[in-house]
Amino acid sequence: MTEPVIKPVTESATDQTPFKAIPPCAGLLPLSIGALDLTEQPHAQMTLLIPWEGQETALSKALEKAHGVALPGVGQSTQSHATRALWFGHNQVLLTGPAPDPALADLAAVTDLSDAYACLRLEGAGADRVLARLTPLDLRDVSFRQGAVARTEIAHMAGALIREGEAAFGLMVYRSMAATLVHEVSDAMQSVTARAALGGE
Amino acid sequence: MRLTCPLCGARDRREFTYQGEAVALSRPDPDAGPEAWNTYLHLRENPAGWRDELWYHEQGCAAWLVVTRHTTTHEVRKVQLARDVAKAEGTA
Ligand SMILES: [Zn+2]
Repeated sequence: MTEPVIKPVTESATDQTPFKAIPPCAGLLPLSIGALDLTEQPHAQMTLLIPWEGQETALSKALEKAHGVALPGVGQSTQSHATRALWFGHNQVLLTGPAPDPALADLAAVTDLSDAYACLRLEGAGADRVLARLTPLDLRDVSFRQGAVARTEIAHMAGALIREGEAAFGLMVYRSMAATLVHEVSDAMQSVTARAALGGE
Repeated sequence: MRLTCPLCGARDRREFTYQGEAVALSRPDPDAGPEAWNTYLHLRENPAGWRDELWYHEQGCAAWLVVTRHTTTHEVRKVQLARDVAKAEGTA
């Protein structure tokens, strides 16, 4: 029996490692039904920030300096190019995009959640009617504006909803629930498309 | 039944988990003695009326809430962040 050859993994050698990142919805998406598209968002680094007691203002300043985004208000998000900070619950913010500045750890508990969530995007006319079948939240333009974030249940799964455009929503659930979410959303997409074909809502 | 979370707004009851009477915010001192600890751990009022309760917004913002609820009508008079209540009472 020969000894297995274990090569050290260095950053520059990442491409040669036998490991390959598999997106949570690999093989399931993209999906187009009628006017609706369900896609997986490009993978981004995700970091949960929980400010230490009384450090919210300092954290907001540090975030702005390092990543160009201020701490979002309750139910809101801030964005600068590909970097977003999502309000993610009581005293919690999810930074998506860049690797977090190490200095943030002086002001907040910093947790890497890059592999924790499946991040989907539902887009097209009737996207709000699809979500109306999956969540009781009021998602009309007036109450859930561009950039709004809600932690809520999506088809009975704990997740997050983000308003990304007039007819575009981001959907997040734990990665282990990815296939269930795709199933539930595609069922609702089919239902909405079928009703529209019959002239109904 | 809906609860109005101070952060998330009005949400369906199924997003919340019920914990019980809001006694956890007034935990006795470690050396308060067995009587105080026995009361804290085991004895509860059972009023037909208003009561402060702890609810957890588990499927939402993950905040603990103090909900003031009428046990016979289920009317909810007030919902506060448990953290704010504890701070006001000097227990956090
Ligand atoms: Zn909440």
